[in-house]
Amino acid sequence: MRKFREAIIEKTILLNGFACILFVVLIFVFLAKDGLTLFRTIAIQDFLFGQIWSPLAEPPQFGILPLFLGSLFVTVGATVISVPLGMACAIFIGEIAPRWMREVLKAGVELLAAIPSIVIGFIGMTMLGPVVKSLFHLPTGLTAVTGSIALAFMAIPTMVSIMEDAITSVPRTYKEGSLALGATHWQTIYRVIIPAASSGIVAAIMLGIGRVIGETMAVMMLTGNASVMPKTILAPVRTMTATIAAEMGETVRGSEHYFALFAIGLVLFGITFLINFLADMARHRKKK
Amino acid sequence: MSKIETKDLNLFYGNFQALIDVNLAIEEKMITALIGPSGCGKSTLLRTFNRMNDLIDGARITGEVLIDGKNIYEAGTDLVVLRKKVGMVFQRPNPFPLSIFDNIAYGPRTHGSKSKAELEDVVEQALSRVQLWDVLKDRLESSALNLSLEQQQRLCIARLMAVTPDVVLMDEPCSALDPMATQRIEELMSELKKHYTILIVTHNMQQAARVSDRTGFMLLGRLVEYGETPQVFTNPKEIKTEEYITGRYG
Ligand SMILES: Nc1ncnc2c1ncn2[C@@H]1O[C@H](COP(=O)(O)OP(=O)(O)OP(=O)(O)O)[C@@H](O)[C@H]1O
Ligand SMILES: [Mg+2]
Repeated sequence: MRKFREAIIEKTILLNGFACILFVVLIFVFLAKDGLTLFRTIAIQDFLFGQIWSPLAEPPQFGILPLFLGSLFVTVGATVISVPLGMACAIFIGEIAPRWMREVLKAGVELLAAIPSIVIGFIGMTMLGPVVKSLFHLPTGLTAVTGSIALAFMAIPTMVSIMEDAITSVPRTYKEGSLALGATHWQTIYRVIIPAASSGIVAAIMLGIGRVIGETMAVMMLTGNASVMPKTILAPVRTMTATIAAEMGETVRGSEHYFALFAIGLVLFGITFLINFLADMARHRKKK
Repeated sequence: MSKIETKDLNLFYGNFQALIDVNLAIEEKMITALIGPSGCGKSTLLRTFNRMNDLIDGARITGEVLIDGKNIYEAGTDLVVLRKKVGMVFQRPNPFPLSIFDNIAYGPRTHGSKSKAELEDVVEQALSRVQLWDVLKDRLESSALNLSLEQQQRLCIARLMAVTPDVVLMDEPCSALDPMATQRIEELMSELKKHYTILIVTHNMQQAARVSDRTGFMLLGRLVEYGETPQVFTNPKEIKTEEYITGRYG
């Protein structure tokens, strides 16, 4: 009887595990079915490397390079801003702050994570945009950088809480061993604690980047939505996610445009898949 | 002059007094063992000598600890200098998750980095001193976490040697090791005694009797008896020491 129960529990867990994989596969198939249809009429290199995205022109053009660059600029910008800030914040919370302050800061970080992205977009539009505009003497404050800064603030809470976890779960004996050798607190942090926590830190960065790439609402509001090839990070851009969100409602189901949006989704899926894969690789190499 | 001397040393964890009026004089280049039942304050006492108790919130000290005649609790004491001079080996081997080489080079690099050639020298010497050089010299770049526990503990001792301390504090250094490994570490300690003043905390009374020159017996935060090891074990002055040694305590 007990054996029977064990077997049922085991099978259920197994099933759940497979269910996750099944969903991913189903989503992929769903995206691929419509996305790949596009390439019956459009060459894949024209889609990937075409420099003009103009679905309503005659004839329509479906080059996603400007959108891809838009996403790239915004994401790289957000990463460059959020990684150092997030690291500093996590180190401070995990290692330096006294206990009472640690609790306050952790609660603060969690609150920051709970702010809906639309609110961040809203604040960015009314406060950050004008600042960027006057700071760099631009015709508009809605640029890739504006998006990057706002997205960095969305990525930071995720990064900080995972990094902080990784830092505080470094065995205390490492820290004691280092201090007992006469290392200072700071030397201990950057020569033992950070290396020991590095796999968690890498995972945190990847998750943060994942959030940034997938974010749609705030970037739609903040990046200016211009689907042209961006020359600098101070130019308006449009990301892949924003394109799908903005245009899905106005396409005819089954049209070329409709399939093109699915194909963009497929590209996004591929990119996030790649990032996760790289993160895993980084973690395993570390273990070895 | 004694190497280490405590004068009316008291230590409090919040309201709890873990050390009570400890007066102790430790001689240079000898092995001094601290024994006593669990919770009597052995580790606490040991950790006052390199001020590791500073890390604990609410730990407070009165009295003096003199090392080479200087009170290490005086304001302005440089903890980096102190901990270079007074090194510590922990109960569970705690090599850093770095390569064998980087573990040994950690101390020297921390204290003003040396050239690659110098570091290689230091690593060879330190590993030789704990008899690991021949075994490990061909895999210095592999992770220290893959070594056996005994090798890890030796590595931790070597890591300490690399910062050239005077005093080595060992808190139950063999409790994670099997009897054979324990015996070999004890032999190593007798060898190291020529160069270092060693303090060892141990639960294993045979070990204290075998390796140490002096023994201190602690009970409930007090140093009950302290003297030459043979005397303490064969002819204790205090009745409580005798009771402990003959196994009438935990
Ligand atoms: N950080 C701390 N905060 C409060 N009390 C503590 C702390 N560390 C130790 N103590 C208490 O101080 C007393 C002495 O502890 P200590 O670790 O020095 O004992 P020990 O002799 O080393 O014991 P063991 O043989 O079990 O290692 C114990 O009663 C312990 O509960
Ligand atoms: Mg102890």
